[in-house]
Amino acid sequence: MEPPEEPLRPVIYTMENKPIVTCAGDQNLFASVYPTLSQQLPREPMEWRRSYGRAPKMIHLESNFVQFKEELLPKEGNKALLTFPFLHIYWTECCDTEVYKATLKDDITKWQNVLKAHSSVDWLIVVVESDAKKKNKTNILPRTSIVDKIRNDFCNKQSDRCVVLCDPLKDSSRTQESWNAFLTKLRTLLLMSFTKNLGKFEDDMRTLREKRTEPGWSFCEYFMVQEELAFVFEMLQQFEDALVQYDELDALFSQYVVNFGAGDGANWLTFFCQSVKSWNGLILRKPIDMEKRELIQSQEATLLDLRSYLFSRQCTLLIFLQRPWEVSQRALELLHNCVQELKLLEVSVPPGALDCWVFLSCLEVLQRIEGCCDRAQIDSNISHTVGLWSYATEKLKSLGYLCGLVSENGPNSEDLNRTVDLLAGLGAERPETAKTAQSPYKKLKEALSSVEAFEKHYLDLSHATIEMYTSIGRIRSAKLVGKDLAEFYMRKKSPQKAEVYLQNALKNYVAEGWALPITHTRKQLAECQKHLGQIENYLQTSSLLASDTHLTEDERKHFCQEILNFANEQKESPGLKVVLSMHSFAQLKHLHFDPSNALVHVGGTLSIEITLLSQMPISVQVEQIAVSVHFSIEKNSYRKTAEWLTKHKTSNGIISFPNENSSVPFSRSSSPALELYEMYERSPSDNSLNTTGIICKNVHMLLRRQESSSSLEIPSGVTLEDGAHILKCSNVTLDPGVNKIIFRTQAKEPGTYTLRQMCTSVGQVQFVLPHIYPIVQYDVYSQDPQLKVEPLTDSLLAGIPQKVKFTVTTGYYTIKNGDSLQLSNADAMLILFHAENRAIIYSNTREKSSEASLMIQSSEKVTSVSLPMAPAYHMIEFELEVLSLPSTPTSGESDKLVNKEPQRKNKEKQKAGNCMVTLDQKVSIDCPWSIYSTIIALTFNIPFKATHSLLSAGKRKYIQVCVQNLSELGFQLSDSNLIDTGNSPDLQLVPLNTKCQKGNKARQEDPRELVGDAEPKNSIYIQHIYSKQSVFFVWELLWTKELPPSLHCHFSLDFYPASEDRSISLKPYSYEFQVENFFTLYNVKAEIFPPLGTEYCKTGSLCSLEVSITRLSDLLEVDKDEALTESDEYCTTKLMYEVVDNSSNWAVCGKSSGVISMPVTARATHKVHMEVMPLFAGYLPFPDVRLFKYLPHHSAHSTQLDADSWIENDNLSVDKNMDDQTDNSSQKSKSSSHSAASVEHKGLPMPRLQPFPSGQVFNSSTGMQILVIPSKDDHILEVSVT
Amino acid sequence: MRKKNKNKNNKNLNASWLKPYSLLQNYPLYIRSIPAEQELKFHYTVHTSLDVVDEKVSAMGKALVDQRELYLGLLYPTEDYKVYGYVTNSKVKFVMVVDSSNTALRDNEIRSMFRKLHNSYTDVMCNPFYNPGDRIHSRAFDNMVTSMMVQVC
Repeated sequence: MEPPEEPLRPVIYTMENKPIVTCAGDQNLFASVYPTLSQQLPREPMEWRRSYGRAPKMIHLESNFVQFKEELLPKEGNKALLTFPFLHIYWTECCDTEVYKATLKDDITKWQNVLKAHSSVDWLIVVVESDAKKKNKTNILPRTSIVDKIRNDFCNKQSDRCVVLCDPLKDSSRTQESWNAFLTKLRTLLLMSFTKNLGKFEDDMRTLREKRTEPGWSFCEYFMVQEELAFVFEMLQQFEDALVQYDELDALFSQYVVNFGAGDGANWLTFFCQSVKSWNGLILRKPIDMEKRELIQSQEATLLDLRSYLFSRQCTLLIFLQRPWEVSQRALELLHNCVQELKLLEVSVPPGALDCWVFLSCLEVLQRIEGCCDRAQIDSNISHTVGLWSYATEKLKSLGYLCGLVSENGPNSEDLNRTVDLLAGLGAERPETAKTAQSPYKKLKEALSSVEAFEKHYLDLSHATIEMYTSIGRIRSAKLVGKDLAEFYMRKKSPQKAEVYLQNALKNYVAEGWALPITHTRKQLAECQKHLGQIENYLQTSSLLASDTHLTEDERKHFCQEILNFANEQKESPGLKVVLSMHSFAQLKHLHFDPSNALVHVGGTLSIEITLLSQMPISVQVEQIAVSVHFSIEKNSYRKTAEWLTKHKTSNGIISFPNENSSVPFSRSSSPALELYEMYERSPSDNSLNTTGIICKNVHMLLRRQESSSSLEIPSGVTLEDGAHILKCSNVTLDPGVNKIIFRTQAKEPGTYTLRQMCTSVGQVQFVLPHIYPIVQYDVYSQDPQLKVEPLTDSLLAGIPQKVKFTVTTGYYTIKNGDSLQLSNADAMLILFHAENRAIIYSNTREKSSEASLMIQSSEKVTSVSLPMAPAYHMIEFELEVLSLPSTPTSGESDKLVNKEPQRKNKEKQKAGNCMVTLDQKVSIDCPWSIYSTIIALTFNIPFKATHSLLSAGKRKYIQVCVQNLSELGFQLSDSNLIDTGNSPDLQLVPLNTKCQKGNKARQEDPRELVGDAEPKNSIYIQHIYSKQSVFFVWELLWTKELPPSLHCHFSLDFYPASEDRSISLKPYSYEFQVENFFTLYNVKAEIFPPLGTEYCKTGSLCSLEVSITRLSDLLEVDKDEALTESDEYCTTKLMYEVVDNSSNWAVCGKSSGVISMPVTARATHKVHMEVMPLFAGYLPFPDVRLFKYLPHHSAHSTQLDADSWIENDNLSVDKNMDDQTDNSSQKSKSSSHSAASVEHKGLPMPRLQPFPSGQVFNSSTGMQILVIPSKDDHILEVSVT
Repeated sequence: MRKKNKNKNNKNLNASWLKPYSLLQNYPLYIRSIPAEQELKFHYTVHTSLDVVDEKVSAMGKALVDQRELYLGLLYPTEDYKVYGYVTNSKVKFVMVVDSSNTALRDNEIRSMFRKLHNSYTDVMCNPFYNPGDRIHSRAFDNMVTSMMVQVC
């Protein structure tokens, strides 16, 4: 714990500041030992155990050895500790008993008596022995005897009070040992003495302190006592303890001051309340300021004196403890505290005196710290010292203001007097700083001496402080000092220097949203800018201030008036225009379009109502408000159509702008809002969308570094855009608060118009809103006239009247009187019209504007619909009824018959399902606006589908027609009719349809078995056919003569929708078909007989099956084929029969098929017998008997099926194969010729089988059943449950 | 005559969703002062004190001291006022400026006042109609601050 600076050792009473140890006895001896002793004593530390539970400490002891004198011993009541001898040592090297008895004993006794008289018990007798002396006197008593004698005589029970030091000046181990023992003893005794004496002192001190409430108690006296203790600790280099003593004194004093303030005054304190006459600051260069100490001792110190002294001591100790940063911190506290205490004690202080004192003290502390630290240390601890710098700056500033050094004209006489008084209070410079050039004293004196010197010093200090604050990141503090500097510059009439500081500070406040500082700083800035003549900036700041609600109404009006004055001044002499940002002047709140979808056709009127919130305190007459509009032609024409309008922009046409004054004032204005635009990129080839995205158009504004962003006060970004398209509104008065302004414009060119800027002109001042965001656009479109025809229902049905809606979108075309739509009539489509046909005219926004009746004139070729008059961009809607005449679908036994085109076209459709046949009707319409015709295609569905079938009963023939309703509608049917188109007189078609009294009773239990009636036309029988249902009609075919091989029939049926009256006569539904080969040639009859002798057939027993094939007619035309063999009059044909039981009820035994030769003669019968066995019991249906024509293989022109086809066809269905064969012959020939090679290759030409057309063979046993009883010995009973 | 001024600054670390375009910090949420004439001075003082708050908060982060200690203690003394600071875990700052002649206010009193403020602020935040980051216009909070100021003066 070596103090860092040697010269700082306190000097008190010319003595060295070490504990005093007196030496009595042989002075020469001591002198010889002293060098070793003083060197050895502090070498080793000793543990000092303390009273009152204080922590023990290791301590290096040093002593000041002085010759013993009685005066040194403290008198009773003397509290001085520094001069207190802690140990008394008596030195002797006597080894002669004689000598001891003669002189030494008396001498020691006398010494002891003096000590006893002063009640000092800390003593030690040292006997030095040397071998040299022993040698000389060998006859003397053993050396211990002298020591023993001394111990015996003086050290009553305290034998340790006498020590022996052997050969102290020799260099032997024995000497070393003896020295060590001695030193330890010495140290122990010294510490014992310290403990005892200091303890006693502290007790006394405490007692004194406890008396502080007594009237006569004096703080100064007590101060001196406790400081004594501090000195001792300092002497022992226990700086911490010493500091504690001063801190206790400090706290005690502070408490008294506080109590005084609370009315509990101590008498002694009144002395400190004497007015301040000297303010020469702290003195920290001397370890002890004796001058002030004496003042305290003599109880003449003022409060500042006491505080200064106390702090100087604390400072000294802290620097010993190497805690300089605590010094700076405590210094600031002290200075603040002193100012407060003087205020509290109501001490009269001349104005400026304290400022001087604080200023000097700050600099003194700073210089003191600089004196004991290197540069790097100081730089890294700026945060500790910057407070003092700032405080000094502040104080110098107030001194400057006080002494008139800041004013433009310099100090007046009063100021000068004050300065002189202040300087007088400083007194003369202390000697210790007299040589220092930069001493605080000199600085202050110089600063107060002239305006220039003050400015220099003040600027130095300010800049230093700002720099320091900035370097440690205390930006706000730096800005505040900068603002003071700005104030200073303003006073000095140099606003150009002030401006930058004000701007910086303002930027900071704005960024952090501190309203009051913003307002205040802005006000200062306005003044500065006014002085600088920065008209634009000044007006901008004024507008901000005029809208600032933190200012008083009068101030706001003043700034508003400033703007108006300027605007009016310039009116007379038109010069430059001043462009200001609008956000402080007025805010755009809402914008409302009318029409609300912001879409207007060419020539239409658009009005835009904007809501402006004027921030000015008074009404402002605005000459013009203009909105510049950016025009762009959109390539996307879709956007311009009226259709787009209905799909997009569902808003109510009001666009709200974000509130700039949100929760945090001024925050949003600090950075610009995002300006986002949609972006579409289309491929150049097919105009398909490649990419889409959002573009921020002001990235450069947003991503800019915060520091470099230009100040708000300079509206540098505000530029006026020149555009050809401007919306204007003149002579508007903007009242404070909400104003509504309406712009009207006539749409001219089609395209998109984007509102970009808003500019408000007041005289020559223009307030500009540089960007309107969110983006506001309106569109102007131009549209071609259009005609749209669409059915009212999902699909149109042919044959009945259907409604079709016509929509005429006029677009730019105005429909004049006489304009009409010319519809060229299609053959199969009628346009029906009624007198009450009305057209409705809608406006552009789908509002109904008028209604007019429709004039329709029809000629043979053309139907003309005269349109009602309608202005441009309107819509006319009307409905017409159309009737498509259904064509006659035909069908027949074979497709050889002519099919009509549409049917063939739709064949595939029909195959896919029960789809309706469609008819396309095309209408060409001539529109008045175009020279070209518009072709409209309408698709009609035929609601019905008819099928026919031929039914036989023996030789009798019936024709059945099935009509299926495919539509969703129900119909009423009547007048079913079937006629033979061949009109052969021998033929008669007799309807077998049930005769119903009323149409609605026609419905029988099974809807599928509905039978229509065919009555004469005079009585109408109506039949309902519901959606997706069928109706069947049957006719018997009667003939008188031989029948033609084929029959052409035409079926017709009247129908009309069930829901409507049959007000109009509709064309009946017709169906043509052809039946062929319908005459029955053979009758096949099968009979099963039970085995002989049994009544019934039994399972498992063979029964006989008799098949009889009977020819019913003579040779007919149809028989003439290759199977026929003719010999004379006798004709035979070859037939193949086949018994098949598909249901596996029967087992056919033996041959199940065979070829027979059949005479072609009426009633010729062929019988075949075979055995069948029933496999099951019960009523079993007869097995099927099939009959085919057997065509020999050698037939000349016949086509052959190869083996594969044969097998294949056999597998599928012989019937079908044969059925197909005829109608597909042309196709088959292709495939057979293709496979001819393979046929030959196989070398086996096969005979062919050809089934009879369905009408030619009548199976009279179809559907017959025979009872089979189970055989008795059946073990297995099979029960199948289905 | 004793004066006291309270202030809150929200260092809005999580407020970026509120003000995405201005990374705003340290703006006042609530300022109250008596007497009102000195208000401007208090605003400057409190604003400047944020320097020290920032310093202390960042030092706290480095030292990883007990996170529950929200009281920052005396920020700095001035000639006339003592400025105390407090910062919540969400970095909402409370600053209290007290007349330095008011010796009745020791550290403990200040600390408990801050705790009271914090509690009241939490109540404000619990109000579903309060938008975090907005200025505080709560009568309950007002009353609490008033009562605290009256009590001290």
